[in-house]
Amino acid sequence: MSQSEILSQEFELGFTYTRSTGPVVGRFLTALRDRNIVGIKGSDGAVYVPPMEYDPNTAEELSEFVEVGQAGEVVSWCWVSEPRESHPHDTAFAWAMIKLDGADIPMVHSVRVEREADMKTGMRVKVQWADEPRGHITDIACFVVEGAESPLGAAGMNAKREMITGMEAPIYLKYHFTAGAATSRFLGKVRQGKLVGQRCPSCNNVYIPPRGSCAACGVATEEEVEVADKCTLESFTIVYIPIPNNPIQPPYIIANLIPDGANISFIHLLSECVNEEIHIGQRVQAVWKPEAEWTYAMDNIKYFKPIDEPDVPIEQIGKIPAAGVPAAGAPVTGREG
Amino acid sequence: MRDIAIVSYAQSDCVRDAGARNEVELIMPVIKNALGAVGLNNAQDVDFTCSGSCDYQQGAAFAFVLGVDALGAVPPIKESHVEMDAAWALYEAILKIRMGHADSALVYGFGKSSPGELPAVLSQQLDPYYLGPLWVDSVSLAAMQARLMLDQGLISEQDMAEVVVRSRRNAMANNPHAQLKGEVSTESLLAQDRWVSPLRKHDCAPVSDGATAMVICDLEKAHAWGVPYAIIRGIDHRMETHNLGARDLTRSRSTEQAAAACGVANGEVEIAELYAPFSHQEIILTKALGLSETTTVNPSGGVLAGNLMMASGLSRIGEVAQRIIAGECKRGVAHATSGPCLQHNLVTVLEAA
Ligand SMILES: [Zn+2]
Repeated sequence: MSQSEILSQEFELGFTYTRSTGPVVGRFLTALRDRNIVGIKGSDGAVYVPPMEYDPNTAEELSEFVEVGQAGEVVSWCWVSEPRESHPHDTAFAWAMIKLDGADIPMVHSVRVEREADMKTGMRVKVQWADEPRGHITDIACFVVEGAESPLGAAGMNAKREMITGMEAPIYLKYHFTAGAATSRFLGKVRQGKLVGQRCPSCNNVYIPPRGSCAACGVATEEEVEVADKCTLESFTIVYIPIPNNPIQPPYIIANLIPDGANISFIHLLSECVNEEIHIGQRVQAVWKPEAEWTYAMDNIKYFKPIDEPDVPIEQIGKIPAAGVPAAGAPVTGREG
Repeated sequence: MRDIAIVSYAQSDCVRDAGARNEVELIMPVIKNALGAVGLNNAQDVDFTCSGSCDYQQGAAFAFVLGVDALGAVPPIKESHVEMDAAWALYEAILKIRMGHADSALVYGFGKSSPGELPAVLSQQLDPYYLGPLWVDSVSLAAMQARLMLDQGLISEQDMAEVVVRSRRNAMANNPHAQLKGEVSTESLLAQDRWVSPLRKHDCAPVSDGATAMVICDLEKAHAWGVPYAIIRGIDHRMETHNLGARDLTRSRSTEQAAAACGVANGEVEIAELYAPFSHQEIILTKALGLSETTTVNPSGGVLAGNLMMASGLSRIGEVAQRIIAGECKRGVAHATSGPCLQHNLVTVLEAA
């Protein structure tokens, strides 16, 4: 078994959520937009800021809103000397649990002071509003020391604006993704214009692309097997609707293809064909990009196109050896291009 | 009620970066070991399979489905998954056996945290209106919890350092899979700079990749297989509110409740494996479980020696079971946690047969 390099790449995962807020969270965010802070009374009369929808002890639905102060006391805190990229500030700051005047339950937010020594449990802090509040928790830009000057605009400028009912809550997470050992080996071969699967030592099925195991037997696969770039069509679908961010214009065909020498299908595109004439059992072959453009990706193969070989009977699909259809008598050709 | 036995347990090494190994490649060896120890081949040989993992860790959607490729799931098997630590997958499997729907089960968990930035990823398990958008990370929340305790005089930095010293020492002596181990002094630890003050880096569990697996069954099956086992005498889990300000962060009420419900105090606790990702949390948990001086806490070093997110809870149970099976003790307690500042806790009582 050849040792190949570990393939990895950076990628960002994005969930562009918009959340509906409901009446309780919405009321709080509406107040923030208007530079006010409201809490809610729990079953035992304790004031929760930010407001909770249900009492955490009794599960009672809560509805009695209370306006609270814009300053309060630090109950606990930590010092972030090296902020993370996702953090709201890019220089050192504190996270703190802050009990606002008139509240009983502390809230978590950030405090900006110059250095850690300026932080102290029990210290008084006040809200620093964002320049343009929009109905979001970050309308509170941070808290600052109560006595500090703050370039704060007038509060509650337009209380008649609409109630906040939704908020944007996008999540972007960065990853350094590493392909598995089997995938790395496979893509290394694809870069050389070869399709190399792995054979199960137990049931002898050849998987392509390999994942390092036989899903049926639950055993590791190691033996590498080169398969042909001629395939049999196991199934297909014609896509008529455009998919966002997909550069391919519909209609186009996505097919399950089983290469000669393999037993399990993979998915790729079909082209250079009459869509209406495509059928299961049809023989197709890879159309490769020019060799100079080959990289570690399955789109080294632009698409598959039909070839002039007799159809494979359904019961024979997935059982063709790498050398090609046995009884057909057609010469086995190398790949084109 | 049917007694349930743990008959085998296997864990991979905890490593900072499993590199090229994908989910299947991480899981397959531990599953093979756990099944093999009982003479089983693959998931066809048990009645039920349940796993725990979280796709956000490696950022690969439906990674847990790919994990099934490690099982041998043809013909189809009865299988389930929790987007939680695999300790909760064990809980589901126990319910399945107690309801009479299975006699045996394979439970496994895996975590590949290295591709992402784990503390930031974990911020997205917070409430999505008030805390998620601020990206308050898991280390910062634990740091505020530690300061509450320090301010109230419930712990000292010396206490926290001693937890770390013991973790590294135990890991060195007893845990071939540990990521962090060795002899360190409290003085040298306390001389280190603070990281997310008041926490120092060593107060926080490392980020680890790896997997763990376990086979459980009813006693009849264990006898039929002719293998030694530990009995799960009690298991219970409780959760607290997501509102951190509304919790008493200096104690773990949910652990206290779970411990009472599963009978921790009904006998001597010789060893306890606690899922404390931060040093001060081991002190909270020791108290919540009512452990005395005679209990050996975290003989494996605990998760400060290696933290397989979504698998280390099951490991805690496996570590205790393994020591009972080996005859090192007769009764032990294992704890698993989930969520910020010990929000959700599961307690298991294990006894010798
Ligand atoms: Zn197989």
